[in-house]
Amino acid sequence: MVRSSREAILAWVRANLPPAEAPPPDAESPGGPPGLLVQRFESALEALGGRSWRVTSAGEAAAKIAEIHPAARIIASAAPEVPGTLRVERDVDPHGLAGVEVGVVRARFGVAETGAVWVTQEDLVVNALAFLPQHLVVLLDPAELVRDMHEAYLRARPGDTPYGCFLAGPSATGDIEGVIIHGAQGPRTLDVLLLAPGGRADDGRR
Amino acid sequence: MRRAPVVRPAARAAEFIAQDAIHEPAHDARLWDLRVRRDAAARGVHEWERLRDLASKIREHTLGRLDAYLEEFEHNAERKGIRVHWARDAGEHNRIVFDIFRARGVTEVVKSKSMLQEECGMTPFLEERGIRVTETDLGERIQQLDGQPPGHIVMPAIHKTRADIARLFAREIGSDAGNDDPRYLTESMRRSLRERFLAAGACMTGANFAVAGTGAFVVCTNEGNADLGASLPPLHVASIGIEKIVPRTEHLGVLVRLLSRSALGSPITRYTSHFAGPRRGGEMHVVLVDNGRSRLLGREEFRRSLKCIRCGACMNTCPVFRHSGGLAYGSIYSGPIGAILGPAMDERKFRELPFHSTLCGSCTQVCPVKVDISDQILAWRRVLSAGAQTPLLRRQAVRTAGRILGSPKILRAVTKAGRRLLAGAPRILAGSRLLSPWTQHRDLPPAPRRSFREWYLDERKGRGTKQP
Amino acid sequence: MRAGLFIPCYVDALHPEVGIATLELLERLGVEVSYPIDQTCCGQPPASNGDQESAARAERVFVRSFAECDAVVGPSASCVRQIRDHLDALEQTDDVRRVRRATFEIVEFLHDVLRVESLPWTEFPHRVGLHNSCSMVRGIGLASPSEVMGPAFNKAEDLLRKVKGLTLVPIDRVDECCGFGGTFSLTGGAVSARMGLARVDDHVRHGAEWITSCDVSCLMHLRGIASRQRRDVKFVHIAQVLNGGPM
Repeated sequence: MVRSSREAILAWVRANLPPAEAPPPDAESPGGPPGLLVQRFESALEALGGRSWRVTSAGEAAAKIAEIHPAARIIASAAPEVPGTLRVERDVDPHGLAGVEVGVVRARFGVAETGAVWVTQEDLVVNALAFLPQHLVVLLDPAELVRDMHEAYLRARPGDTPYGCFLAGPSATGDIEGVIIHGAQGPRTLDVLLLAPGGRADDGRR
Repeated sequence: MRRAPVVRPAARAAEFIAQDAIHEPAHDARLWDLRVRRDAAARGVHEWERLRDLASKIREHTLGRLDAYLEEFEHNAERKGIRVHWARDAGEHNRIVFDIFRARGVTEVVKSKSMLQEECGMTPFLEERGIRVTETDLGERIQQLDGQPPGHIVMPAIHKTRADIARLFAREIGSDAGNDDPRYLTESMRRSLRERFLAAGACMTGANFAVAGTGAFVVCTNEGNADLGASLPPLHVASIGIEKIVPRTEHLGVLVRLLSRSALGSPITRYTSHFAGPRRGGEMHVVLVDNGRSRLLGREEFRRSLKCIRCGACMNTCPVFRHSGGLAYGSIYSGPIGAILGPAMDERKFRELPFHSTLCGSCTQVCPVKVDISDQILAWRRVLSAGAQTPLLRRQAVRTAGRILGSPKILRAVTKAGRRLLAGAPRILAGSRLLSPWTQHRDLPPAPRRSFREWYLDERKGRGTKQP
Repeated sequence: MRAGLFIPCYVDALHPEVGIATLELLERLGVEVSYPIDQTCCGQPPASNGDQESAARAERVFVRSFAECDAVVGPSASCVRQIRDHLDALEQTDDVRRVRRATFEIVEFLHDVLRVESLPWTEFPHRVGLHNSCSMVRGIGLASPSEVMGPAFNKAEDLLRKVKGLTLVPIDRVDECCGFGGTFSLTGGAVSARMGLARVDDHVRHGAEWITSCDVSCLMHLRGIASRQRRDVKFVHIAQVLNGGPM
């Protein structure tokens, strides 16, 4: 009788099961001070090598990007407020983003405890937008901050999307003598622009 | 069947220490620094100990219902378009992966870090069959280019100096041998790997956690290499050990809060990625792997090692590991966790690992999921001792010690003789086969004139006329 | 208060002064001390190597020696830990269980049982580093482990602070293992030696003139290394400091 590997493994597991333990208590948020979420988010992000900026309009956002990346020729954006030089559409082959200097996306919310932002396949349109460009800019509504990862997971519901990422700081490595270097394989820099969702810039500038 | 030779960690460690005055002290300092960072991060979470306890309970509960959770994971993953395969052992895992690639004409694969894939010997298997596999985690890539296994599960090349890496990169990727600036070296590898990412026909990852309730799996990196790989070629294959199952999404909050703080002292890895289905027009496969895990589940003393979330905190705190280097353990699982997983995988090959420890217990205290590592190391010593897996000479020495220590008369005689020898002929004693392991590195204490017992009988019971 | 004096095998053989200090200290504090003359060892050498059968021999002698005592006190955190936590090669009779529960290390006996408030007979006007041994910290809980997030305490330090003139020297790695580890000192080779030297230098770097500990085994290992590496520091067991000798 040939048993499939699936059946074999499940049978072995069942034969070796330890005594059942009670379900663990609920993983609740520990709470903590409800205020100063923006400040805590900013300092956590900074500790991981990211930077944050407060802007008040789409125009200011575009200007800030130009200020941070003056030499950028191609700015690929999936964010509604920032037109960029290249709109990221559904059917773009991700390899086509290889020459992009700056990727722009709007995140759904941020996490004060860790300085992370939550972005999904729906936000990115093309997942590679957050990884292949040399630099990444994320727009985030400062009113959309949760305290900690417990609250974050309740809100994110990662099972509902094929891809979702808590992104905190630029790509980094410490593999060489423990020295932290940014831009290991992914983006060299991460800038978060704190801006409520709003209209587009209508002054024609990038 | 040829048996793998026994790994001798003490000898390998001695070589690591003896190579120069740079490598071992630097390794010790770097990893202690991570322990210090871990402590600081833990202090910042006032409910830290409660969180560890909760994580331990989540893991233990899961192991008690592992079959049901595995089926639930498979059901939910398949509903989301993920193809789920089951592999009994390393060989089957490799064949499944190869078949997936061969059927789609894939010859170039990029992969992010997976201890499981290394455990299965996947890369040599695929490369023998014409598929090129490129590690994209910088530390793993360094080790791949150098033909060495990883020296630490989180920082695979932490035993190397920048000069070592500069020489290696010059040889393998054509960078400047004279430039050992970590920024330059990282940039050189970034450019080299970027070509591989763009040319890849498939991406492989491991998984830190797999959520039964949703069929999603989680990959945590700081480089973003898993995400970059997964976002380019249309085919993603993830190898997941059956012990990685977590019941619900909410449990990720606990484990993610502990993982990076324990590993590196930062509150989260820079990329915590959740995969719950293929990209548009793409394919996603998960290979669930047993390879001895169900057997380990059935061992009451050792099953709790399956709680491990591969954070490496035990390695960072272990002074034996810090002074030995990870390669001394002869296994991809090194340090304290390696000392208890190794013998479970191959009792003979790794029989010395549990003895390469002082049983100091620090590992048990830093483990975020409360694996009782130190207790399991002692338990392995008992198993190995009873099963005659310890060297004959040592077994005999221990038995002799037991006989001496079990007899007041014999112990007194041995003590007196030893003291006389120490007083009269310390050099002979020092050079003896029994004591030279001690005296190779330490001086012997001076011999007291009387043992405590003799002093007591003389001074407190007025036995004789011994001079003070 | 009556207690049986437990003298570890290597203390009996190589460092009787530690046993003498322990005996005198207990007597100063009004304890009626008996010394079972035929005791041998706690059984740790075979036990920590996994040889339960051999360990049982020593364990039997231990229980026999101390079965009649209300309390058992010894100057070794490592041996006391072995008795309390690992004396399990024997069948666990009532006698065995009672002896295990009644065994104390000298510092914890002074701190928790006798609740010593002062040590007026002793003076030690020197800079002293305390080696917080693994057995003392993670074994029998005399001090809070640095890995665990919780309130800090250290019973050995509490007692040392009562010694006139003594200056406690803070070090970098407060409870890192010294590398003795029983037979690891023989099998661990260069690793054991490097760990020991790291501990010695941590103290020396911070200006310690003396290093003390609750474990003679650690001190033997550290002293042997300090001597070989010509480090200028002296070693003394905590019982000797608290008793004011013998040195």
